[in-house]
Formats: sequence, structure tokens, C-alpha cells
Amino acid sequence: MNFTILNILSRQSYIVVLGSESIFILMKYLLLFLCFTGFFSASAQEVIRLKELQERMASPRQTLVINFWATWCGPCLKEIPYFETLSAKNKNVKVLLVSMDYDLDPNPEKVKKFVARKKIHSTVLILAEDNPSSWIDKIDKDWTGALPATLLINPNGKRKLIQGELHEGDLEKLVNEINQ
Amino acid sequence: MKPLIVLLIVSLMGLSFTEKKGYDVGDTATDFKLKNTNGKMVSLADYPNAKGFIIIFDCNTCPVSKAYNSRIIALSKKYTPQNFPVILINPNSPELAKGESFDAMVKHAKEKKYDFPYLYDETQETVRQFGATNTPHVFVLNKTSNGMMVAYIGAIDDNTRNAAKAKNHFVEDAVNSLLAGKEITVTKTKAVGCSVKIKNI
Repeated sequence: MNFTILNILSRQSYIVVLGSESIFILMKYLLLFLCFTGFFSASAQEVIRLKELQERMASPRQTLVINFWATWCGPCLKEIPYFETLSAKNKNVKVLLVSMDYDLDPNPEKVKKFVARKKIHSTVLILAEDNPSSWIDKIDKDWTGALPATLLINPNGKRKLIQGELHEGDLEKLVNEINQ
Repeated sequence: MKPLIVLLIVSLMGLSFTEKKGYDVGDTATDFKLKNTNGKMVSLADYPNAKGFIIIFDCNTCPVSKAYNSRIIALSKKYTPQNFPVILINPNSPELAKGESFDAMVKHAKEKKYDFPYLYDETQETVRQFGATNTPHVFVLNKTSNGMMVAYIGAIDDNTRNAAKAKNHFVEDAVNSLLAGKEITVTKTKAVGCSVKIKNI
């Protein structure tokens, strides 16, 4: 009788041991998976279509600061740290760095490598759309298509478009202005 | 009555402060005189037989400009013999943009074997007049009895990375229409491009 109980107990504990081991293995694979999917990398880079960008622009819950940039655009790269500072310091603002690289290179790898190398934390979206003339006006009628360009949209739908390079302190001023 | 007058004054003030942002389709372009990479000055008036012009604001270093380089050369080959010459103007301030000096332009024109003008807009007066915002930015001018009328503003075609895959050849379509005496279907387009680097703005 005692033996049977002991046997059952040991079997159960064996199962428990086996259970914790398999959980450990599972956790290990999950960790590996997360690493591979870029969960621990600086930022998520999503390839999107215009419709998805328009949906994000339609009714923002926070003030949206959308920067249109490309890895080949010198002035764009100079101002990226200002967007990083803004998104780190102001939790009421959502920064979207929308890459226009697709126009010259449809492979998103270049952007992804750049984002990883520069350890960019802001959300990076890669807009994959052909024929820019058909959609530039849908983002903003005043936008010429020149890079860099920055569009602010607040929860009330108020907009401000800045064409050209921004300098230190400009973004904070623009965010204050649009929410006044 | 008083509020009406105030409104009128305010709106007039608004008008006077509204900066004109370059040419629109239908405007008449004024001539310019700019230095070519061969050292000679070039004006539209130097082409008495021209039926119009393909003016392209372009530069040495912009990746979009580079992507369109051979297409610009092809446009010149096709349309210069039809009295629709191509004229390139570099609008960038070399102080603000690396690799855009006049010497760099001379080198670029030699390397690319340009047989059409590549002009240096040193004062940036011409780019302000036209209102070009990015490179390459095209202005097709049509010679009329009232002067050089702006007939098309925008991109060369709709596919930057692959000329063979372009579905709309905006500039060719515009010039072909003008040469055939037809109306241009698409008069204004936009493209993703490098911003023009203008001083004091």
C-alpha cells in the first residue's frame, strides 16, 4: 500500500520534473524565437500600404508626428535623433518614421539594417506603394514629395506640415503649437 | 459697414503677405541667364527656333536624380532635334549641399557626356522664380504668342527605380501632345525626391 503510494508520488513528481523541464525548453525556444523575430531589437519595422498609413492618420489618440524619410536622404538622417528624443521624452506623442526607400529599393532589408545599426526606438514604417504621384496628395495636398517632410496631426484633427530639415528644439515647439 | 471694411483690409493684408510659390501651369515663364558648365552664359532667347523647352532642376548627388540620369539624356536625344531642347539647372546651394559646387557640376557633366546645358543657379533666383522643390523637377515650357507658357510641372515618369516598368511617361506625353498640337492630359504630377537646398529659408 505504502509502496503504491510512494510509487504514485514518485511518478507524479517525475511528471512534475518532466513538466518543468519541458517548460524550460519551451521558454528557451520562445526566447530564441523572440530574438529572431526582432522582439528585443530596437524597433519594429513594418512594411505597410497607404491604406494602413491613412488609417493610422485618421483618428489618432495621441498627437501623431509623422516623419517621411529615406536612408539615402542626408538631411533626413541628421534630424532622426530629434524624433528619437521627442518620442522618448513626450509620452503624449506618437512618432512614426515612414521610410520612402521603396521608391528606389523595394527590398526592406536596407531600412531594417539601418534601424538596427542606429538602434532606432521610434516606430518605423516602410511605405510600399508605386507611382508616388498617385498618393502624395492623399497624405497631404501641400506636400511636394521632397524629403524630409514632417506631418503633425493632433487628436482634434489639426494638421501641420513642415517641408525641409528640422533643427534641435523645433519639434517640441511644433507639438506645443498644434496643441494650443 | 465697418466690419466689412476691416475684413477687406485684413484680407488685402493677407494677400500681400502670401508669398508666391513659383509657377503654376498656365503661367508665363520669364527668361534667365545662367552659367553653363562650359563657362558660357545660357538663356532661353539663345534658341530662336525652339518650340518649347524641357527645363529640369537637377543635381549631382541626389539618388533620385542619379536614377533618372540616363532618362534625361534620352529625352534630350529624342526632343532636341524636334526643337524641344532639354536644359538642366542645378538649384542647390553648394554651401548647404555637399558635392554641388560649380566644379563638381563641370566634372559631372563631363562624366555623363552631357551635350545639353547644365546651368548653375548661383543666386538661386531662377529656382525661386520657377518654384522647383525637389530634384529632378521638370517644367515643360510651350512657346506661344504670349511668351513661354508653363505647360507641365512634375516628374519625368511614374517609376523611379525602373524606367522599363514606368506606366506613365509624363514628360514625353506632355511634349508629344504639344508637338501634335493637342491638349496635355496630365499637367501636374509629384514625385518623391531630394529637397532643393535653398539658402536663407
